[in-house]
Amino acid sequence: MSTTLSKIEKRTAYTLLLPAVCLVFAIVLFPILANVWISFKEVGLKDIRIPEPRAKKIVKYSKDNNSELKIVYKFRNSSLIQEIREVKFSDKFPKNFEPINLDKRCEFKSQKIKCSFGIWEAGYRENFEILIKVLNIKDINKKDLEYFKPKLSGKSDNILLTTDFTLKNFEKVFLNNNFFELLMTTFYFTFFGTLGAILLGIFAAQLVNQKFYGRSFMRSILLFPYVGPVVALAYTWTLLLDPNSGTLNSLLVSFGIIDKPINLLGQKYLIISILGFELKLRLALTTVIFFEIWRYFPLAFLFILARLQAIPKDLYEAADVDGAGPFRKFIAITLPQITAIISILFMIRFIWNFNKFEDIFLLTGGASGTLTLPISVYQQGFAISNIGMGSAISIVIVLLLIIFMLIYFRLIGKRASEI
Amino acid sequence: MKYRSLIITLLLSSIFLSIITCVWKIMATLQGLSFTTLNFNLNFLLALGLITVSIILGNKFKPIYKISILSILFTIIYTFLNESSPLWFSIGIFLIILFFTNKFNKYDIIYLKQDFISEKIIFEFLSLFAIVFFALVILFPFYIMFVTSFKTQTALLMNPLDLSIDFSKNILEIFKSYLIVFKTYDFGRYILTSSYVSVGTVLITLLFAIPAAYAVARLNFFGKTFLSTSILIIYMFPAIVLVIPLYTVFSQLGLRNSIEGLLIVYTATTLPVAIYMLQGYFKSIPREIEEAGLIDGQNWFGIIIKIIIPLSLPAIASVSLYVFMIAWNEFLFSLMFLDNPKVFTLSRAINHLTGDAETPRQYLMAGSVIVTLPILLIFVYFEKYLVSGLTAGSVKG
Repeated sequence: MSTTLSKIEKRTAYTLLLPAVCLVFAIVLFPILANVWISFKEVGLKDIRIPEPRAKKIVKYSKDNNSELKIVYKFRNSSLIQEIREVKFSDKFPKNFEPINLDKRCEFKSQKIKCSFGIWEAGYRENFEILIKVLNIKDINKKDLEYFKPKLSGKSDNILLTTDFTLKNFEKVFLNNNFFELLMTTFYFTFFGTLGAILLGIFAAQLVNQKFYGRSFMRSILLFPYVGPVVALAYTWTLLLDPNSGTLNSLLVSFGIIDKPINLLGQKYLIISILGFELKLRLALTTVIFFEIWRYFPLAFLFILARLQAIPKDLYEAADVDGAGPFRKFIAITLPQITAIISILFMIRFIWNFNKFEDIFLLTGGASGTLTLPISVYQQGFAISNIGMGSAISIVIVLLLIIFMLIYFRLIGKRASEI
Repeated sequence: MKYRSLIITLLLSSIFLSIITCVWKIMATLQGLSFTTLNFNLNFLLALGLITVSIILGNKFKPIYKISILSILFTIIYTFLNESSPLWFSIGIFLIILFFTNKFNKYDIIYLKQDFISEKIIFEFLSLFAIVFFALVILFPFYIMFVTSFKTQTALLMNPLDLSIDFSKNILEIFKSYLIVFKTYDFGRYILTSSYVSVGTVLITLLFAIPAAYAVARLNFFGKTFLSTSILIIYMFPAIVLVIPLYTVFSQLGLRNSIEGLLIVYTATTLPVAIYMLQGYFKSIPREIEEAGLIDGQNWFGIIIKIIIPLSLPAIASVSLYVFMIAWNEFLFSLMFLDNPKVFTLSRAINHLTGDAETPRQYLMAGSVIVTLPILLIFVYFEKYLVSGLTAGSVKG
């Protein structure tokens, strides 16, 4: 009895899960695996269109012969790169139509014409003509004839499905001189973006955890940068920081703080000299990191605030009795209570920031030293149209992510479910 | 000890006051006033004087007299020493100082003798700084976005700092950018597409996620732990690694430039987090209620429809709002999949506007306001639900 019940339960569970699992598998897991496949191939953006045989049908009346009608089919191979094999063609004629001098490749049966053309090489073109004997050409309506659409079919290699593989993409990725810089930029961006967001989040949470007038308003607006659409916010920032007529630069110049406008998003390095040492600051990257911090500290704020509000009040009361000041209370009570959530946040935000695409793409497009791994996937795949390369970089990202996740689950995976 | 707290109070409060006046000055500059210097040092000395007088006076006068006389006096000196400015600017300064002297009325020599008073003062000022800092840093870009959309190209080029809205103009003139964005750039259609895609994503996600979450929460089956862990892991994989294969497959299937394609992708990418959030809530519903339903002869379908869904409406609301926000704000997939202006979403349309360098920035900002405003209004109205959605959605998954 119990076995049948558990069987029913199992079957129910699988039925309920099936749609969701299928969808996620098709759209999320399958592409990750497909990346592995594509990354070992030399594929460009233009290769992924499947070549098709195409035909355009034109009906022509013969001038000198009243009983002849000519139908011209303009054939072509839609691809300029790939051949099509076993091209088959068929078309239908109205009753009483009889083709004359039919091409050898074709046969005519019960008002249908069928041809097999064999191979069409890349960029193939042909004007194929069929002559038809009719009683009186004036009885024929051109529209009726053109109403039937010719059907074409053919086989072609889908470059994605062939089994010739190459290591070229990975060679290019790893032997490229810029790969190390790419990696360092990504880590720099991720690390400082995460750190800054969490520090700012601690401050904001500490602030909102106090009582003051307008506290709930403050709490709402603190989440605005995260809730707002990235496109709108990124373009607003671009406008704000614009060197020519951006508000920030105009303000700084008009108050005499700087002499010349600074191109905060378009300048790779800013050279600062302190005590005779020249420091090179990655300017555009720093600006992008600031945007990142601005946009994502609300999340850190939310979690830290939730944790702060869960700290028992009597801890602080006990500290008051012991004569501890506000600073001491923060160090001895608050900080130890939030270290766990901060470490979890750091790991998770690190993984997310590592994958951030939109923010950098919209602000700089990866120019002036802000090229990170995700941006480079886009650049290779769609700007340079080298899909294989893009996939190879995706694979690098996935591998690094797996490493991060292993570290995450090792260190705090179990504790994460408790909080 | 007494002097230390006194000095800290003096320094911090005068720095605070001078920063506030500078912020006010900058905001006034953006309304078209032309100041050339912030005069930070001078204002700092002024503020120092004000605090000193306030502390020395202590409680000798009625607070209301002390506050108003000090504020008026300070405002007059400030206006006299700084560049000439219209009356409304001075009134602003007066209000700031009124607030400030009121806040620090309690500071006198006796007050400053308390235990840990320096630390308390530092904390108090830090919070004040923080309120101003966060409010400014967060709201300023939104302010710029909003105000720029009401300007004209020539006005912006003449004086990029003058962001004031000219209310003397005809109302149609003021909202010109919005009219053009709707008429010429067809934003009405994009609002519809975006709404359709977002609401569609929410509905389909719920349709798939509720049964799946119920199975994970309640039923026993082989591979359950594996499934729960993989939900988390899958959610961690970013859109950027899915983009190339999806692009190739969608091109070959003809799903690019179609809203259906977008719906499929959005649903699939939000499903893991939706399942995760819902199953956590379903687990908290007492089993006894369901067992009562089972005795009444309900099957799992009846249980989900009649018991689980009505009981977990708050969680469903959170998930819906969270998914709606993701779908509304999504950019990467809409950039990849849509080239045809007829099926653009709002985000994609704004990105398309920037493709033409000639597009005036006020149109861009009008478009940005159009895409930002709905989501912010929804957030403010349903804050409670969306916050719990955000909390569950972004750390756990």
